Amino acid sequence: MTTAEGSGAPKDTAEPLLVLSNITKRFPGVLALDGVDLDVRAGELHVLFGENGAGKSTLINVISGTFPPSSGSFRFAGRDVGELSPSEARTIGISPVFQEFSLVPSLTVEENLFLGRESATGGFLDTRAMRHRARELIDELGFDLDPKARVDRLSRAHQQMAEIAKALLGKVKLLILDEPTASLTERETGRLFELIAKLKSQGVGIIYVSHRMREIRALADRVTVLRDGRHIKTLKAATVTDGELVELMTGRRIDVLFPTITHTPGTPAIEVENLTTADGQVAGVDFVARAGEITGIAGLVGCGKSELVRAIYGIEPVAEGTVRLRGETIEKLDPRSSLRRGVAYFPASRGAEGLALTRPIRENVSMAALDLPRYQRGGVIRQFAERALVKPIMETLKLRPPNIERAVGNLSGGNRQKVMLGRAMARDLDIFLFDEPSVGIDVGAKVEVYEFIKRLVEQGAAVVVVSSELPEVLALSNRLYVMHHGKIAALLEGDQRTEQNVLSSFFEEEKREKAA
Amino acid sequence: MSSTVALPAHNTSSASRDILHSLLRVGLLPLLLLIVVVGTSLMSPYFLGWLNVLNILRMASFLAIIACGQALVIIAGGFDLSVGAVVALSSVVTAKVMAALSTALGGPELLVAVLGVLAGLGSGFAIGLFNGLCVSRLKVSGFVVTLGTMSATAGIGLLLTNGIPVYGMPNSFVKAIGRSQVLGFPIAIYIGLAIVMVIAFVQRRTLFGRYVYAIGGNQEAAVVSGVSIRRHLVGTYVLSGVLAALVGILLTALVGSGQATLGGDTMMLQSIAAAVIGGVSLRGGIGRVEVVAVAALFLTILSNALNLLHVDSRLQPIFLGLIMVVAVALDEFSRRRMSSV
Ligand SMILES: Nc1ncnc2c1ncn2[C@@H]1O[C@H](COP(=O)(O)OP(=O)(O)OP(=O)(O)O)[C@@H](O)[C@H]1O
Ligand SMILES: [Mg+2]
Repeated sequence: MTTAEGSGAPKDTAEPLLVLSNITKRFPGVLALDGVDLDVRAGELHVLFGENGAGKSTLINVISGTFPPSSGSFRFAGRDVGELSPSEARTIGISPVFQEFSLVPSLTVEENLFLGRESATGGFLDTRAMRHRARELIDELGFDLDPKARVDRLSRAHQQMAEIAKALLGKVKLLILDEPTASLTERETGRLFELIAKLKSQGVGIIYVSHRMREIRALADRVTVLRDGRHIKTLKAATVTDGELVELMTGRRIDVLFPTITHTPGTPAIEVENLTTADGQVAGVDFVARAGEITGIAGLVGCGKSELVRAIYGIEPVAEGTVRLRGETIEKLDPRSSLRRGVAYFPASRGAEGLALTRPIRENVSMAALDLPRYQRGGVIRQFAERALVKPIMETLKLRPPNIERAVGNLSGGNRQKVMLGRAMARDLDIFLFDEPSVGIDVGAKVEVYEFIKRLVEQGAAVVVVSSELPEVLALSNRLYVMHHGKIAALLEGDQRTEQNVLSSFFEEEKREKAA
Repeated sequence: MSSTVALPAHNTSSASRDILHSLLRVGLLPLLLLIVVVGTSLMSPYFLGWLNVLNILRMASFLAIIACGQALVIIAGGFDLSVGAVVALSSVVTAKVMAALSTALGGPELLVAVLGVLAGLGSGFAIGLFNGLCVSRLKVSGFVVTLGTMSATAGIGLLLTNGIPVYGMPNSFVKAIGRSQVLGFPIAIYIGLAIVMVIAFVQRRTLFGRYVYAIGGNQEAAVVSGVSIRRHLVGTYVLSGVLAALVGILLTALVGSGQATLGGDTMMLQSIAAAVIGGVSLRGGIGRVEVVAVAALFLTILSNALNLLHVDSRLQPIFLGLIMVVAVALDEFSRRRMSSV
């Protein structure tokens, strides 16, 4: 994509593809957008950048017709847009990929792709044509996704792929991606970036939301910074540094993302021997995590890294193998007794397993700790103690807005993640299993989370971090397991822990499998 | 910024929307209640008569007790269709046991009454336990399970009585529970109030209440948080069964005989209606019993008003049905306003 025509040279004279002016959106009690201006040109990738709760997803929802703005004007492709429904938005070429997915769980990938625009002759579905088109599209995207699989059986990453495929099915003029890579690994991310480049060269305008500086660097033409629902500044990506962006976003400076952690490995806290899960996603894994250090697990989507920690916590049924916690062999693994034994698990999919959306933040945070005598007496909750527990936790995590009585369903994506983290902080635990701990949280909050993990480890806890974001696991972990197809492909320690080594261990494993 | 100029205008419009919104949430029900009360008292002189008021309060207490149990079940994401049948069964069981004991023992009436009441409550407990175990162990939906037990329970009631009322309960039981009054009000009203208050406390302040919300809000999240799903699901069904049985006993004392026709489908439908009108979400995770109790009062007054105004009894269910649909629609509407994306 080195050609300048169409994409590179900004067509300042022509009217931009999308022009928003003075957009305001008010929710009961919250001003989510406050007079925001935004324009996106054809063939441009425009990044929206801002803290959790800054209003990025709200802006996207306005553009894609999910709800109307409270006020403001909206032009698209040279025409004024009045009331816009989601399906009208799609018809005029606005294709969103939402942060919280818009898929119907009980339908297949294919059915979801065509939902609302099925091809039919005389009222009969033309399944064959749709299947063909779905296959074609998924192959073109290079995703490892089965069109016939039911969405609720898919991992979060695969759901993300389905969501992206859905957005690209029709005719697209403006593609909106709200943290599309949050649960993808390097490989899928690479594919997505190639695709983005291709779409740009075809003159498609792209709005892209991400908290990952690397991606912004790699992709952005312009960046618009939002803070507290307000448009702060729009900048050319080429002329701005990461530091400046972060400073604009947070209003403060953040110098180092990853803290320096002193690991003091002690006795083994988790010992897993020859573990195989019932669904075969984990096959004969040996794994050790020691107190006082962070043990990382890296691997591609579907390699079984989440399933491994889920099995240890007792959510994933185990077919074979033993799990020892602090030397004690555990006969029956289940979440309840795991918590009692001091093990915490942070699920990656906060929607499905994480949060009760209709309940307040306070209840969601205290959910796993309430049975402790500190917070209840004879089954009666001690409200004061509960509040005194939850409030400071959510303050350290910088919840926005800082009101713990709001329903979790009203929170922005990143703030929901903070609620999840808050839950495990609510109990005194000393074995922590993090599955994608920093999915969707802003740079400032990431620093908080890493600091939190650092504190845990330095106080002697055993921490396991599963992550699809390589820089993250590399920087945090003292020992790093690399998983591939349900098996441990490598264990990297000390200065072996490099991106190069992780990637090459994937390939070696792949070669070995091919040979066998 | 220029936007600051435009802001106040949005402020007021959205403030009024906020007011409308909170009105929809809390204010609608008392408002409706007021309209019905004022309207009916203008149209019928009997409506505010003391006897009629007592009657309304008593009936509302019965409905509120059942609706409390129903509400808990629905909040946890279930459904209890068997409550009406349990009312009948417990009525029959209570009366039969008392009658049998009276003839067998002839003994102290208090003992006979206590044993009879325990037997009645026990029958509700058993049905609730069965419902709960089927739902939580066999993973059958609550709707289906309780549809089954509803039919079976009603059948048992009829089988026990052949449709003939059961007499022979100790007189003192009927007098003390059914007819006596404290400070001018029937005992049933105090029992109803006490139960609503206790369950409101349970919802707000106990682990059980909290976990019921959590399970209804997101069962998977509750599992991951170490909440025992089975125990709490069973708990809601058992509570619902026992409360329905209690109403069965109170009704039995009121009418003076055990009857397999008490309760029934109407009571079951009304309990669900009260829960829904009282803001319990059929998707689980939301609802407060004190509001449900107000809804029960509203429904009772409404049907009393329809009676007093000589509305054809065949039309009354139509009213009830329409009101329920409107309530659910309002609920959806207000949810849409707050909807999160
Ligand atoms: N349906 C809703 N009802 C009430 N408040 C809402 C609703 N949706 C969003 N908000 C609030 O609007 C603000 C902006 O939220 P938004 O989801 O746009 O943030 P975001 O920039 O996408 O953040 P993140 O990076 O965490 O995804 C937040 O304060 C949020 O709590
Ligand atoms: Mg967002």
